[in-house]
Amino acid sequence: MIRDITIGQYYPAESRIHRLDPRVKIVCTLLFLVSLFIQNSLPGYVIATIYLGCVIRLSKVPLKYILKGLKPVVILLLFTVVMNLFLTDGGETLVQFGIFTITENGLRTSVFMAVRLMYLVAGSSIMTFTTSPNGLTDGMEKLLHPLNRFNVPVHEVAMMMSIALRFIPILLEETDKIMKAQQARGADFESGNIIQRAKAMVPILVPLFVSAFRRANDLAMAMEARCYHGGDGRTKMKPLHYHGRDRVAYFITLIYLIIMFVVGRFLPFKLWIF
Amino acid sequence: MPAGMIHAEQLIYEYDKRDDEGNVIGFERAIDGIDIDIPQGSFVAILGHNGSGKSTLAKHMNAILVPTGGTMWVDGRDTKDPAQLWDVRQTAGMVFQNPDNQIIGTVVEEDVGFGPENLGVPTDEIWQRVEESLKAVGMLERRKDSPNKLSGGQKQRVAIAGVLAMEPKCIVLDEPTAMLDPNGRKEVIRAVEELRKKKQVTVILITHYMEEVIDADQVFVMDGGHIVMHGTPREIFSRVDELKTYRMDVPQVTMLAEELRRQGLDLPEGILRREELVEALCRLR
Repeated sequence: MIRDITIGQYYPAESRIHRLDPRVKIVCTLLFLVSLFIQNSLPGYVIATIYLGCVIRLSKVPLKYILKGLKPVVILLLFTVVMNLFLTDGGETLVQFGIFTITENGLRTSVFMAVRLMYLVAGSSIMTFTTSPNGLTDGMEKLLHPLNRFNVPVHEVAMMMSIALRFIPILLEETDKIMKAQQARGADFESGNIIQRAKAMVPILVPLFVSAFRRANDLAMAMEARCYHGGDGRTKMKPLHYHGRDRVAYFITLIYLIIMFVVGRFLPFKLWIF
Repeated sequence: MPAGMIHAEQLIYEYDKRDDEGNVIGFERAIDGIDIDIPQGSFVAILGHNGSGKSTLAKHMNAILVPTGGTMWVDGRDTKDPAQLWDVRQTAGMVFQNPDNQIIGTVVEEDVGFGPENLGVPTDEIWQRVEESLKAVGMLERRKDSPNKLSGGQKQRVAIAGVLAMEPKCIVLDEPTAMLDPNGRKEVIRAVEELRKKKQVTVILITHYMEEVIDADQVFVMDGGHIVMHGTPREIFSRVDELKTYRMDVPQVTMLAEELRRQGLDLPEGILRREELVEALCRLR
């Protein structure tokens, strides 16, 4: 049934990574992404691989899932590799045919670039695999809380996100219902070129929007009836608290970041590659 | 000072009528001079066909709508006073018609916790209240589920639990069964009855299903923004012809008893339950 689909790509499991505070996972993911950019050498990538490998292992998310997550970026990946391979100058020329030359630098840059991109996607998908959408919203809200002082409606945005998450399956089901209703009256969504098909979507979108607005109206009323009046003076049923394990995770990631920084700064890759 | 839990005097509510361009072309009176007094702890039903103003009246009890004229008091608080708005809403909880559009949380227990969170209840107490409320409506074992996996009747019970967790003195149910199948309807009505017995809250049930109101202490029938009939269910249902003029159907059993009576059988007026009719018929011989 359409309502059973999971939103996002949360992989439910009992693991150390799953149990971490969402804030830790968000911050550490960001630090990991930063770490990939402050160095560009073989030892750096080896360390990043070890770190990422350990996290994946601890998270109990099958490697297959993470590799599947890389699929959407394959084209981008190939494009980057090819561009870097042929367009980077410098170093010895390895292969040459016609106007295309592959240099030593080009090869190195393209390989590193590919690895970097893959790690970027894998690193952030580990976060979404191990944190429920609600956890992510809560974590974001708490992390961005200081922005309140600059009149950024952090609580409101977080509330909007979690309501959107709740209504995605409902609206999906409704889309399905409307499509069937229109098909029963002879609407054709499958044939024709792309423009005709886009046009055929209009009779679906209009009732869908109307109903979404009606739902929003009802929901706003229900929320007000239950004394919702913004984030002020609100308590939390499931407040976020840091535990020992969260501090350990921060500590490990910080050490990792420092090592990456040192490696990137003081070890020129020339020594280590080719 | 008003006496009852809910007390209204000369309540009037008007809204603008607009044409297609949004220009005001007049106004409509949804509620026209209603006096009502509902004592603490009673079970009151408000009946009426579509557009009779019953939902509008319900929304006044929770200060979602504020009267154009007259006054509505909820537990002695004037709903027009903005300073008392949140107290009014906490005193009179409201359950709406559409089960999908009033559940906010992505997990059952989080939704029930939403009200207390808004009231600023401490975390430990929220958990306690959530557990109690879910137990009261018999949904405790589904607490970790997504609301999307529940049936309509179960969702309405969760919505009732969500209101209960705010510890209101009064629960207003605005057609809670209108979108449910017969099983879901029974489920919800049973939950409401349990509540009334255990928690002694005032229950105001707005509906157009006659079968749901036979246990009520008082029944009000609305038509065109007025209260046109008022009495116990027995009194109301014995006036079959009058009810029909307000486009209301009486329960089947009552209807049958009434028809038999007209054919000359010696049956009492205002039979509400099947067992009553059986007994009365047996006594005839």
